[in-house]
Amino acid sequence: MFDIGLSHFLSVSAILFVLGVLGIFLNRKNIIVILMSLELILLAVNLNFVAFSSALQDLTGQIFTMFVLTVAAAEAAIGLAILVIYFRNRSSIEVDDVSTLKG
Amino acid sequence: MIVALAFYVFAAILIASAVMVVTARNPVHSVLYLILAFFNAAALFLIAGAEFLAMILVIVYVGAVAVLFLFVVMMLDIDFVQVKAGFQRYLPIGGIVGGMLFLELLFVYGAWQFADDAQALRMHPVTTDVTTNTQALGAILYTDYIFPFQAAGLILLVAMIGAIVLTLREKPANSRRQNIAVQVARAHAVTMKDVPKGAGLAEMGGIIRRPLPEPKKKALAHDDHGHGHGHDDDHGNHGGGHH
Repeated sequence: MFDIGLSHFLSVSAILFVLGVLGIFLNRKNIIVILMSLELILLAVNLNFVAFSSALQDLTGQIFTMFVLTVAAAEAAIGLAILVIYFRNRSSIEVDDVSTLKG
Repeated sequence: MIVALAFYVFAAILIASAVMVVTARNPVHSVLYLILAFFNAAALFLIAGAEFLAMILVIVYVGAVAVLFLFVVMMLDIDFVQVKAGFQRYLPIGGIVGGMLFLELLFVYGAWQFADDAQALRMHPVTTDVTTNTQALGAILYTDYIFPFQAAGLILLVAMIGAIVLTLREKPANSRRQNIAVQVARAHAVTMKDVPKGAGLAEMGGIIRRPLPEPKKKALAHDDHGHGHGHDDDHGNHGGGHH
């Protein structure tokens, strides 16, 4: 109980991951919150990487976490840019309308 | 003991703020709870011994990504009530899928054990000498992972260019824009006069208007820099569309 090990980190990150997935389901009308839920999911993944890196005393997990952070930042920037031009065209951010973006 | 207490406190705040991110009525509150979640995740990283990543998480995520979210949320004029519609409708299916996913993760973690040769298979074991976490990460990242590192930089570059290209708005073709180079370069519109002390406009002979030069036939006075050649009349008819 008072010895923080791998299982504690894995439990926290599992809960975080499930909350992120739940957020995608619940906020069907709001792309911004869906993007934030994606960030939560990636945070859970990063927590997993760091936990295993710490448990195995292996730095590779932390290196990979940095790459995940990079890709997550790029994804957030592109996603928000698409969101902005979508809002400019449609004046709403509902996911159900996004199919109108098809060419 | 103190570490365990800190872990439980930070983990509890992290999960609570994640719940608030998902369920908050106002997206601005969601972003603020997301920032809180990132701070607590950074604390968990610190407990796990990843000091550099904790700092990166605070600087990059809280400092850049979350603020980007905040800007976009505040910039867009969203009807918050309408956006929350359907929350109840998707709760059962979301709960079922989330619960099943959680159970599966629990089963996986419950039966988890390291392979016997896991210790031998490590690629970059943490050395016990005096190097800090940052130093050790850099020594690996800039040697063994130099090409993935460059690729990560390339991804960021592409993301930056993509975001700019997506959101850049081109001006309409018939808008009248100021061309500062042409405006500054026209010498014939400016005259230098010696003005006696105390002379008013009347003594100087009133306002002097130099005859405007004929516009060149080549530069068809339509699209380019209306300020350049001073003919205001022939722009009057399509000046309505400019910003």
